[in-house]
Amino acid sequence: MVLSQIINALQLGSIYALVALGYSMVYGIILLLNFAHGDIIMVGAYMTFFAVTNFHLHPVFSVVLAVVVSTLLGVLIEKLAYTPLRSAPRLSLLITAIGVSFLLENGAQMLFGADTKSMVQTPLIKGGISIGSSSISLAAVITIVVSVAAMLFLTFLVQKTKLGKAMRAVSEDMGAAQLMGISLNKTISFTFAVGSALAGIGAVLHIGSYFQASPMMGSMLGLKAFVAAVLGGIGSIPGAMIGGFAIGIVETLVTVGGLSTWKDGVVFAILIVVLLVKPTGILGKPVTEKV
Amino acid sequence: MSNVTERPKTKLVPVPSHSVIPERDADKRPILECSHLGIDFGGLKAVDDFNLTIGRTEIAGLIGPNGAGKTTVFNLLTKVYQPTRGTILLDGMDTSGKTTAQINRMGIARTFQNIRLFSKLSVLDNVLIGLHNEMDYNLAGAILRLPTYWRGERIARRRALELLSIFDMQDLADHEAGSLPYGAQRRLEIVRALATNPSLLLLDEPAAGMNPSETAELMENIVKIRDTFHIAVMLIEHDMNLVMGICEGICVLNFGQVIAKGTAEEIQSNPVVIEAYLGKKKEEG
Repeated sequence: MVLSQIINALQLGSIYALVALGYSMVYGIILLLNFAHGDIIMVGAYMTFFAVTNFHLHPVFSVVLAVVVSTLLGVLIEKLAYTPLRSAPRLSLLITAIGVSFLLENGAQMLFGADTKSMVQTPLIKGGISIGSSSISLAAVITIVVSVAAMLFLTFLVQKTKLGKAMRAVSEDMGAAQLMGISLNKTISFTFAVGSALAGIGAVLHIGSYFQASPMMGSMLGLKAFVAAVLGGIGSIPGAMIGGFAIGIVETLVTVGGLSTWKDGVVFAILIVVLLVKPTGILGKPVTEKV
Repeated sequence: MSNVTERPKTKLVPVPSHSVIPERDADKRPILECSHLGIDFGGLKAVDDFNLTIGRTEIAGLIGPNGAGKTTVFNLLTKVYQPTRGTILLDGMDTSGKTTAQINRMGIARTFQNIRLFSKLSVLDNVLIGLHNEMDYNLAGAILRLPTYWRGERIARRRALELLSIFDMQDLADHEAGSLPYGAQRRLEIVRALATNPSLLLLDEPAAGMNPSETAELMENIVKIRDTFHIAVMLIEHDMNLVMGICEGICVLNFGQVIAKGTAEEIQSNPVVIEAYLGKKKEEG
């Protein structure tokens, strides 16, 4: 019982963490809260759903499809909606992001219908492992393992490659980075691509765990991941991971406590408390004014 | 350089005058040729009709009172600002329409008046970012950790440490850049700029905030960098000992206009320059 709840918490938390990473990376580089990020997961989830249910593709191909479509969508949104506004006030960007989010949600309703699509459990993620009295679903184990692997890979990418260093350089001083010969467009697109690819992985894991896709699914998932990113310290990559797992654990604890109808409320209460007590989040750096 | 206080206003494509660049560079194409360069901020001509030629291994100085437009010239050269008028030729190539990053790849690197290191990154990472375009592996190489990735990173790391050793900073490689003492941060900025493999290095007030002995060391190092890398250096500086000590050609800017060009001796005795700095004198001594 305890073990399976811990696994539940980690499973939920790792999906939040993957999504929160995308929020945090994009914020870190262009100070934009990309509210369309959650909806990329929705699109990714639909891709997986159609690939498995309608086209009967092998689950591995559906995973690749979802990740590729999410990545391309993320970069496309950046190119079409955000690049033209690079020198515009930040509020314009934020409003555009909300607009893109509405566009994706309503576009999905139009194309795929407003109803929730339920997926049959595919052989790849069916089954489970029994440990003592409790059984753990294979989907949960895969979710956690894949998420942790993706996070380790992201850490390697950011810390140990020139692309990651370019990202960190742009994030710290856009002007100086350009003067070091770093292409702003390439680096920002790369950041969106990586963030969206993580969202794609998150989408596959989400539908693999909960077997559902609906046009509005990205909205709540995205908002909670946003809370996770703020809790961890927005702009910080390890912060997003910690925040994601923390939110997953809190939600599971609230559910276990028999207050499952309160779980969304508790998550947003956390946001309010963080903003009141430590607006920079757990790992956020204190804001210093540049002079 | 010769005194060019009387500038021809209408000449469109000035032939680079061989007399303004050091003799050893005279038979080679100048690294930088600016002609009629200018930028307006609203109605203000921040820089106007700026003409300058720099030899391939020249150390050139850009001086002038505060607000004269010196940093604006650097920002024009690096395309932080797009010029309103005029052309910049870098090694004979037109730079119009290029982005800041492309300009860097073409061969101009710079430091900043107020230090702009990536202060939360390590000293080594700062230099590695400068070496960004020297590492020739791609994303696939990094993901699959192909030999190209390892080789690229290994060579870059060795090169970074080598560059740091110019200023004896290789032992500081793992420190956070922002935690270094002020003088070391200034030196690191120069190393980071050198890492981008420039043919023209722009230094914006490299001696600002340094004491006389640090400044003397910096002067030696600037000359050493020029001699080691065979590059041109252009610097903005208020410390006249430094400027007069190492600059072979000096250009004086006031209210966005070039008021004098020449060698240290010529500039020091130029009445127009003295007037710009000290105000009008009744009598010349």
